[in-house]
Amino acid sequence: MSFLIRQTLMFAIPLMIVALAGVFAERSGIINLALEGTMIFGAFMGVVFCRLLQKKGLFETARAANNWQALQGYLLLALLFVALAGAVFSLLLALAAINFSANQTIVGTAMNMLAPALVLFLVRIIAHQNALGLLNGGSATFFMIKKANLGIESEGFLVETFINKAYLTTYFCILVFVILSVILYKTKFGLRLRACGENPQAAASLGINVYKMRYIGTMISGALAGIGGFVFSVTSANTTSNGEVAGMGFLALAVMIFGNWKPLNIALDAMLFGLFKCIGASYATLDINGDGIFKLAEIGISPYFYRLLPYLITLIVLMLTSKSSRAPKAEGQPYDKGMR
Amino acid sequence: MPKTDKNGLLKQEKQSSKTLLASLISIFIGLIVGAIVVWVVGAVTPEITAKGTSDGIKLILFGLFNTGRNASGALTFGFNAVNIGNMLFRATPIILTGLSVAIANQTGLFNIGAPGQYLIGTCVSLYLALSIPSDKVHPVLIWLIAFVAAMAAGALWGAIPGALKAFLNMNEVIACIMCNWIAANVVTWIFDESNLKNTTEGTKTAYIYKTTYNNVATGKMGLDKIFPGSQVNGGFFIAVLFCIIMWVIMSKTTFGYQLKACGSNRHAAKYAGIADKRNIVLSMAIAGALSSAAGALYYLAGNTEFFWSTYQSLPAAGFTGIAVALLAVNNPLGVIFSGSFMSMLTVCGTQLTYMTPFNEYITDVIIAVIVYISAFSLIIKMLLNKRKEKQYDKRDGGELITPEKAQDEPAEAAGKEA
Repeated sequence: MSFLIRQTLMFAIPLMIVALAGVFAERSGIINLALEGTMIFGAFMGVVFCRLLQKKGLFETARAANNWQALQGYLLLALLFVALAGAVFSLLLALAAINFSANQTIVGTAMNMLAPALVLFLVRIIAHQNALGLLNGGSATFFMIKKANLGIESEGFLVETFINKAYLTTYFCILVFVILSVILYKTKFGLRLRACGENPQAAASLGINVYKMRYIGTMISGALAGIGGFVFSVTSANTTSNGEVAGMGFLALAVMIFGNWKPLNIALDAMLFGLFKCIGASYATLDINGDGIFKLAEIGISPYFYRLLPYLITLIVLMLTSKSSRAPKAEGQPYDKGMR
Repeated sequence: MPKTDKNGLLKQEKQSSKTLLASLISIFIGLIVGAIVVWVVGAVTPEITAKGTSDGIKLILFGLFNTGRNASGALTFGFNAVNIGNMLFRATPIILTGLSVAIANQTGLFNIGAPGQYLIGTCVSLYLALSIPSDKVHPVLIWLIAFVAAMAAGALWGAIPGALKAFLNMNEVIACIMCNWIAANVVTWIFDESNLKNTTEGTKTAYIYKTTYNNVATGKMGLDKIFPGSQVNGGFFIAVLFCIIMWVIMSKTTFGYQLKACGSNRHAAKYAGIADKRNIVLSMAIAGALSSAAGALYYLAGNTEFFWSTYQSLPAAGFTGIAVALLAVNNPLGVIFSGSFMSMLTVCGTQLTYMTPFNEYITDVIIAVIVYISAFSLIIKMLLNKRKEKQYDKRDGGELITPEKAQDEPAEAAGKEA
């Protein structure tokens, strides 16, 4: 059970944070189809940043001194760096969509093509192969928190599930998710941002700078997607970057629509999708009630069935809810001052 | 009617030349960005020499005509039959996926489902081409069955997001993206269960047999005589034929007009008595069939192998189709040229991998930049229009500087007065 929850969180956390990225862009009126591309870019920049720190010998020194707090600090630093990188990458979308009224779907598609291409081009030159990892070691070596670090001896369920072999990124993302959700719904700034996605002309008539708000929305979106990409790389790809994030960005888009652009629904849906992703990834070794029998593997259905399940369920759920789903009214429409 | 209205026709022609100019500008910017990336990377990487960098830039621009290196190690250029033949071969699938995206775009739908439809076409065509015994059925007949079945399957697959859009008003972009990933898993599943996996060549994992294993291959139609040593085959002619057929359907028939009418305004079309839901499903079905034909033609060629364990990645040919369509401004005849251009970039990319420290992914960077810039096409056209107006002003002798204009270009106006 602990294993199941840990694995589910591994997929659910990036989904949740990237779906929130989608919400920030769309609530401000910009369709961010480039979530996948931004995640890929974020993962790459994060790995590059970690390699730079490694080259300075920081990781090894901290590990030799058994200074795990310092290593978590470096991880936080990397997260801040990828947030910045994601925000900068999303400027491509912001500039095109806000200043030049370009077609947002096409720009998003272009960015989804650009990120893997650029990343693979650079990865090949740096590493002479199609994946770029840390200089030595991996996520487990440097970033994983073990209960021994904290001096906990117990083998209780909560300790095994949430503390042992956990990553700081999980709790960082949950914290960021909560803070940003509160900002979006309980502050003046959040209300203004949402107004720009519903009726920008009305918002402008009240003195809100729609351009500025949309820039902020898109850049927060890019920062979150970048974080999501790096978190996914750390927790499930052993801190490597290979020009893909297994379609998580697109799945996050589905989670966002499924969650009706509302943070609480998104968090729940992300857990659900994370569970399906987890079943698809590790169905063969999944021991649900701990009796040593791998039920799902015994049924003998192809693993690809479990892997396509999240996408199929998304499609079916959207089928059932698409009539009642409520997207921000002005999303995807270039803001035209003259249309008041 | 545009034919009777002379002014209208003239206007249209002017507009289309501007469209062409806008496309050329996107290409130009794409190539420049590609060259800059190579230059910057070459400059900051100590292992890459200045010569390597300049070779890289040369190959991005003229890689198609590269004939190797001479004795002193400098690149030589000339007519390269293998490169041009391979360019035509690789153009075949992306012309068709480009056509697929272009037709959908003309009818107001963004077919980002092309990669999935391409996979379905690949799967059905390969499965049939390899499992119908060629000692009982004539290989040409097998080829035809495989090709037609692939298109039919693609039409059905494409119709799914079309139906979801038409009847449930679901966003076709999301529906297509989900269908892509479902297709990727289904195709992997089918081949995982099949006995078509290549086991005779032990070093190859997750590839299935080439269709030549069952004696099935697309006819060369004489192209191997013109471009000896390359992979080109008659599939290119089939792709061009499809483009011409679609051009006729879209611009010369009532059916095509109905499809386009639904695209420009679904409700107005419905008011005019056009079955809007049927037409949305149909245009996605056509798009699906075309993308599937792309996959079928590429793998029925006989000299290509399919990596079946594709559940984590989608075929690039599908996404390149979007770039091809955008660059051709959704013109069915234009995609022949834009598709050939994109495949030229691919050939240049492989040259880059073999001849320089760089690699073929720069091609995808250039294509992505071209797609990005073509999203600005409206702006570029507006800028071009503005420039034209200015030229007219000059020709008339008088400069009409309205207060608005003067505000827009104060520096320029001031310069002229002085």
